[in-house]
Amino acid sequence: MGTELAKAVVDGVLTGGVYALMAAGLTLIFGVMDIINIAQGVMVVLGAYLSYTLQVHFGIEPFVGLLITIPVMFLLGVGIEWGFIRRLEPRDRTALSILVTFAVAIVIEGVLTQFYNADLRSVDGWYVQKSVHVFGFYLPYIYLFGFALAVVALSALYLFLYRTRTGHSIRASMQNRDGAQLVGIDIDRVSAITFGIGAAATAAGGMVYGATNTFNPDSGYDLISRLLVIVVLGGLGSVGGALVAAIIALVIEDVTAVLWSPVWASTMFFAVLVLVLLVRPNGLFGQKAVRAQ
Amino acid sequence: MTAESVETGEAVDSAPAAPVAAVDPLAAPVFRRSGAAVVVAALVAAIGFPFVFNNPATTSIAIFTLLYVGAASAWNMFSGYTGYMALGNAVFYGSGAYFIANITTHLNLRGGVGIFAWVPVAGLFAGLVAIPVGWLSLRTRKHTFVVITIAIFFIFQLLAYNLQSVTDGSAGMQLPLPPWTAAAYNDYFYAAALVVAVFAIVLSWAVRRSHFGLQLLAIRDDEDRARGLGVRTSRAKLLVFAMTGAVTGMCGAVYAYYLGSVYPPFAFEAIFDLTIALMAFIGGLGTVSGPVIGALLLEPLQQYLTVQLTDAGLSLILFGALFLIVIGFLPQGIVPSLARLARRLLLRRAERGAKR
Repeated sequence: MGTELAKAVVDGVLTGGVYALMAAGLTLIFGVMDIINIAQGVMVVLGAYLSYTLQVHFGIEPFVGLLITIPVMFLLGVGIEWGFIRRLEPRDRTALSILVTFAVAIVIEGVLTQFYNADLRSVDGWYVQKSVHVFGFYLPYIYLFGFALAVVALSALYLFLYRTRTGHSIRASMQNRDGAQLVGIDIDRVSAITFGIGAAATAAGGMVYGATNTFNPDSGYDLISRLLVIVVLGGLGSVGGALVAAIIALVIEDVTAVLWSPVWASTMFFAVLVLVLLVRPNGLFGQKAVRAQ
Repeated sequence: MTAESVETGEAVDSAPAAPVAAVDPLAAPVFRRSGAAVVVAALVAAIGFPFVFNNPATTSIAIFTLLYVGAASAWNMFSGYTGYMALGNAVFYGSGAYFIANITTHLNLRGGVGIFAWVPVAGLFAGLVAIPVGWLSLRTRKHTFVVITIAIFFIFQLLAYNLQSVTDGSAGMQLPLPPWTAAAYNDYFYAAALVVAVFAIVLSWAVRRSHFGLQLLAIRDDEDRARGLGVRTSRAKLLVFAMTGAVTGMCGAVYAYYLGSVYPPFAFEAIFDLTIALMAFIGGLGTVSGPVIGALLLEPLQQYLTVQLTDAGLSLILFGALFLIVIGFLPQGIVPSLARLARRLLLRRAERGAKR
């Protein structure tokens, strides 16, 4: 029991890091543009398929392949923002964004189904096969590498947001969209970059997701529901909050599987959000008063 | 068939009697005079449909479409009027479906028309489920509300898998087989679905016209101000949420009986949540006819695409692309866009008349 519990906690923390990376994109997009990107889940799956394709058809090692998939997903994100999000009327932006990004998700799912059918696949590598012996249990290397990748990517994101001019514009736009516009920030450009970064994060997250799970074009819906829970739990717009929330939620899920039963683990994942929101309606680290309309 | 024609008969009679406040010519309703005729024509078409088209494949699509008319109208009654985007209404659809499956199993009911009598009870049950769900989720607003409804939806879906004693888990539950002949089979379900759909529309219409409906619209426009002006916002939201839950549950009960079995992924379907929202949006959010028109267009189209294009990927791409085009060109939805166009034409004609 002790070992299993330790494994559950370590597992939860490591996968939590990867989920945080995927959720960071979602929370940034929310913070800047005030929209919910339903397509984030299927974009993760797309990222996984890109890594898979590079590996199977071109023999490119998935971690190296990120050098290709990250820029590709960034451009796709910029394209989606420019093509669909920018044109929404500001008045019902939030509601319409859910529908538009859902439509985008359907199209991406359709394209993936067209190319890969519904078979389950996974990204492979020696680090998926081989395990390391820690705390008395075996852990595939990919969990460690994935966590390391997430830490590097999130740190880079942090540096970008806090140390560069564009990063400052993004944070300014999150705090006050109109104010940012008044001091001369090009809000359209900031929105496009933010959406691009959100999509780029799914390329890295998707690669690790694809190596730790099997996936098919349909997997995006389960993912997006989990990512949304993490993002709201952490407080909408807070990247650090997403990290903490992801780790908490996944540790609770894994520990539930050990202490109670695996069938109730996923239920607990969602129940955590409901319980936390009872006490803190803005999530754990919510700065925006989402409650006040 | 008489029950629903009586119900709508009232609707038709009282419609023109409503006082028309002619303040802003662009805001005045334009379809009121022709409204009664349209309602009668639609009802005649709906009742006559199975007599004209008796191909089971066609009537089956019609049954699903009517159930979506009901569910989308119900969704609109809460989300369209109050502005709260609920993406978890499948909770009530599934609750209704599992309720009727449990009733027929535990009471050992034989298949037949009598089972339809349990549909309103299933609705009542779903309405009761909606009260704690609403109490929990309506403590939050905007994006948080959207996400919490999604989270609650997944909790229910997982409960359907896990609560073996109530739902039989992923093995699913069977409902008794109706004794009807193959030729008449779909007609019974068509009639039941039509009654539920008409009930949903009439309820949605009655709420829209009532004092209560005005309170809901006030919440949509500015909740804090509405509260300041004396609207009991929490109570109003919870009440309409429960009404929405009840109607959705009735649709789910008919759906379960029609399919003859209930499985967790079909009773609690994530796509259902988004589909009904999309229907209401395409037709026109917050209007009575919008969700009806949206469902009438979308569900047959989706079924047609799935049947015609054996390619699952291609039908998804087409559906998604079409959906993007509609949102791009008609962000307000079909009904409000048409209404605005009609108003503009009327206004122009009136101006020309005034000059002469």
